[in-house]
Amino acid sequence: MAQVSAAPTTGAAGRGAFRGFFRELTRSKTGFAGFVIVALIVGMSALAPIFVDGKMPTDLDAIWGPPRAGHWLGTDMAGKDTLKQIVLGGQTVVFVGFLAAAITTVIAVVVGSLAAYIRGRFDNFMLQLTDIVMTVPQIVLLAVLGAFFSLDSPIYLALIIGCLTWPVLMRSIRAQALSLKEREFVEAAKLLDLGTTRVVFGEIVPNMASYILINFIIAVTNAIYALVGLYVLGLAPLAGANWGIMINNAWIGGAMFLPAAMPYILAPIAMIALLQLGLIMLTRSLEEILNPRLRDK
Amino acid sequence: MPTTDPPETDGPILSVRDLHVAYKTGDGKSVEAVRGVDFDLYPNQSLALVGESGCGKTTLGLGLLRLLPKLGSVPKGSITFNGRGSAVDVLALRKQELRKWRWRDAAMVFQGAMNSFNPVLRIIDQMADTIRAHPDGERKPSKKEIWERSADLLRSVRLEPNRVLPSYPHELSGGMRQRVLIAMSLLLDPKLLILDEPTTALDILTQRAIVDVLHELRAERKFAMVFISHDLAIAAELADRVATMYAGRIIETGTARDIFYGPRHPYTVGLIKAVPPVVGDLPELASIPGAPPSLSNLPEGCSFAPRCDYAEDRCTAADPELNPITERSAGTTHAAACLRWQDVRYERKVVERV
Amino acid sequence: MSEIETAGTVVHEEPGAVRPEPLITLRGVSQTFKSKKGSLKAVDDVDLSVGPGEVLCLVGESGCGKTTTARMAAGLAKPSHGSVEFEGRDIWSMSKREFAAYRKSVQYVHQDPYASLNPIRDVHRTLATPLRKHGLAKGRKDGWEQSAKLLEQVDLVPAESYLPKFPHQLSGGQRQRVSVARALSLNPKLIIADESTSMLDVSIRIGMLNMLGRLRDDLGVGFLFITHDLAIAKYFGWHGRIAVMYLGRVVEFGPTPQVINDPQHPYTRALLDAVPEPDPDLTRTKKAGGGLRSSEIPSLADLPTGCSFHPRCPLHEADTCDVLRPELEAVSADREVSCHVVGRASPLHVPSPRTGGDGE
Repeated sequence: MAQVSAAPTTGAAGRGAFRGFFRELTRSKTGFAGFVIVALIVGMSALAPIFVDGKMPTDLDAIWGPPRAGHWLGTDMAGKDTLKQIVLGGQTVVFVGFLAAAITTVIAVVVGSLAAYIRGRFDNFMLQLTDIVMTVPQIVLLAVLGAFFSLDSPIYLALIIGCLTWPVLMRSIRAQALSLKEREFVEAAKLLDLGTTRVVFGEIVPNMASYILINFIIAVTNAIYALVGLYVLGLAPLAGANWGIMINNAWIGGAMFLPAAMPYILAPIAMIALLQLGLIMLTRSLEEILNPRLRDK
Repeated sequence: MPTTDPPETDGPILSVRDLHVAYKTGDGKSVEAVRGVDFDLYPNQSLALVGESGCGKTTLGLGLLRLLPKLGSVPKGSITFNGRGSAVDVLALRKQELRKWRWRDAAMVFQGAMNSFNPVLRIIDQMADTIRAHPDGERKPSKKEIWERSADLLRSVRLEPNRVLPSYPHELSGGMRQRVLIAMSLLLDPKLLILDEPTTALDILTQRAIVDVLHELRAERKFAMVFISHDLAIAAELADRVATMYAGRIIETGTARDIFYGPRHPYTVGLIKAVPPVVGDLPELASIPGAPPSLSNLPEGCSFAPRCDYAEDRCTAADPELNPITERSAGTTHAAACLRWQDVRYERKVVERV
Repeated sequence: MSEIETAGTVVHEEPGAVRPEPLITLRGVSQTFKSKKGSLKAVDDVDLSVGPGEVLCLVGESGCGKTTTARMAAGLAKPSHGSVEFEGRDIWSMSKREFAAYRKSVQYVHQDPYASLNPIRDVHRTLATPLRKHGLAKGRKDGWEQSAKLLEQVDLVPAESYLPKFPHQLSGGQRQRVSVARALSLNPKLIIADESTSMLDVSIRIGMLNMLGRLRDDLGVGFLFITHDLAIAKYFGWHGRIAVMYLGRVVEFGPTPQVINDPQHPYTRALLDAVPEPDPDLTRTKKAGGGLRSSEIPSLADLPTGCSFHPRCPLHEADTCDVLRPELEAVSADREVSCHVVGRASPLHVPSPRTGGDGE
């Protein structure tokens, strides 16, 4: 008889699960492709600043230069290399996108599932709060905040976007939790007196894991769009170089009407679109990874 | 009441020979859920197929009417139906002919079907759909005809047409819905009816009502019946013949009296012993130790040997064939697939209730 | 004779007289649901009690209120009227600490083994969580070992092979055993088992009942056992008592051997008659329809007047049974039946002013 291991695996932890993770990932071709795209873009955005030198000298002879050797995507209105800007410019967008989505998701899950489980006055209060937050116009709030504070930290941006976009997700999480809490295994947990926190976050929420994760990915895409919107409207700080700023520059600088500026306009839009696409494609395999029942098929 | 006398007839209405049914599993392999089943069913006989979950009885039932899901197939064997004079090779029927044959000559009531009514259609609408889908000749039946046909059928299962026909499924109890399904299956007066777990999930008095209805219908319409169940006791109520199945094969077959008073396969004995009786004093009951084997990983030789009290060395050598014990006509031969059938004994005390 | 057997076998005593202090008592408990059709009284004025180590079987068809009654006894639903007492105290007026003690002592096993386990937790996690929460196991190793012990108590051996499994990898019977093991984790004094065997194959029911019986005998755990199958109630509750319910009320009550072998209420008789026996000759003697005049169960929204069983009852007497509702009365030393006709024939019958002697 084999020795009983003292540290039991719960199937979702431990080395075995990691291999299982990749096996599931490769099951869906779309999902795997999406994973690769996202990994590459995120990887590039995170690591490039370390390896690529940030110096971008202004070169007045190369304004709106076409793509050529040394400058594969051409140069911009100040003669700076476009490709370098693309490679270095993803950092803020990716960071803010994921952080804002994380904030939104956490708030929505906590508020939504607790409200669904506890019900009564707490639930009513939370729903009211949700409605109020939903009616706050993001743009106006940002304009006002921008007037009083300097929003130069990406963390502030993430916080603002995150704290304003949770209401919609909260409602759908709440709806799911309402139906889950009627399930018998939740009742069994109540009978064992496991306590509200453990029942909500130990029994109900994990059963929504794939739903939450998929909504998290969607929240990332929404946050990125919100961020780009802020840049385009000039409400976000325009220092430094990132995709959003590039789009803003193109917008303001009238580059829309300049054929030579095509690479400069299309490149950041393409990067953002590609990232969004990769994220959506990734959601395809996530269902299987998180549901042990589908795993065995 | 179940009859154990073989009816006057020439040939069987259904002949199954060496039937195998397989399912494709995920990784390109396939597993046989039914591994070589032979039996003959004669007109007006009722046969119970009894076994635990996973023994292949439902698969066999679906296979008989070619209602297997996409992943299922029949790699070997034959099914011959002889209800209207000429022999029909069921496995060779083409789509159109199969559709005609099904429901007209042979019908099935599925397991759990009482929960799969269309919730937004009234009973009369669902019955009308079925009637219109199987027209009698070229004429389209009129609304009045449809109502009358449906009402007739419902009365034969002891349901009140005026109460049931205008109702939605959720307004009827489980037992009533089950009876509606039985009525619908008899629409075209088939000669063969297959029922899969007709009384499971129903209360005891409702079960009794279904059993009574089936007795009446058989006496009136004289169809042959195959019914599938994990409950041996229901088999005693409804069946002339009983076949117990284990790991995809029939391991004992005979009349109801053979099986219940003189079982010769240890598994059948185990099944009988597992039914708690309601008459008499507190019985000593034991379940069969262990669990049925996985069909993709069957043991060597007799698949029941690992759980069997009578198992010997020779039992793991080869999977035993059905050994005839008492030869009779009309498919009622008592046979058991056990090398030690002569040693198998079971005593059941029949206590008269006060 | 063991202590448990003495406590459970009630032969020549008045119900509730010289019995040990009951664990759970339901007094005049009712549950009314509001629906579109009006108020439905799912449970109507039920009195029950279960003592330590005792077995009480609650028997009836679906809709009779047995599950609702069980849920009230488990504290999962608050009665509309009446009280549920644990060791003498009303559970709905308990302090948090007292209620926690009650929760630990009274556990519930659901009917559906497929729904009562969290599908994304393995067996070890399911069992160890309550153990760790209540401080009965400290640390991972202890939790693992104690979970294994619980599995051994429900005959899932070798335990180590089951602990890492997920519910979808187990059969229905195995899942049900895990449910029972979970209920045992807090050392309960009473287990409320709601149709624990109805969703299992007939051939494995006995194994489950034998296992539950061992818990009853070896650990002294009391059982409130809900079932619609009288044969199962007889087998499991032989040394205990049975209460038969119909449309929300208890219609017969008494020690199991007596109720099964000498049923008094016509409904109990019909239920017994309806049990299929694995005996072809015996089945021929059964009366069609169970001897009842109708097989339709009335809806709770539209209960018959007087005795709610009268439209189906073979003993029905016009002008009595459809006018006046019978109460539970003692018809012998330890049997209670709710029936005008049967009650009248008993030597213990006390004619009430309403019925007089001739059913006026």
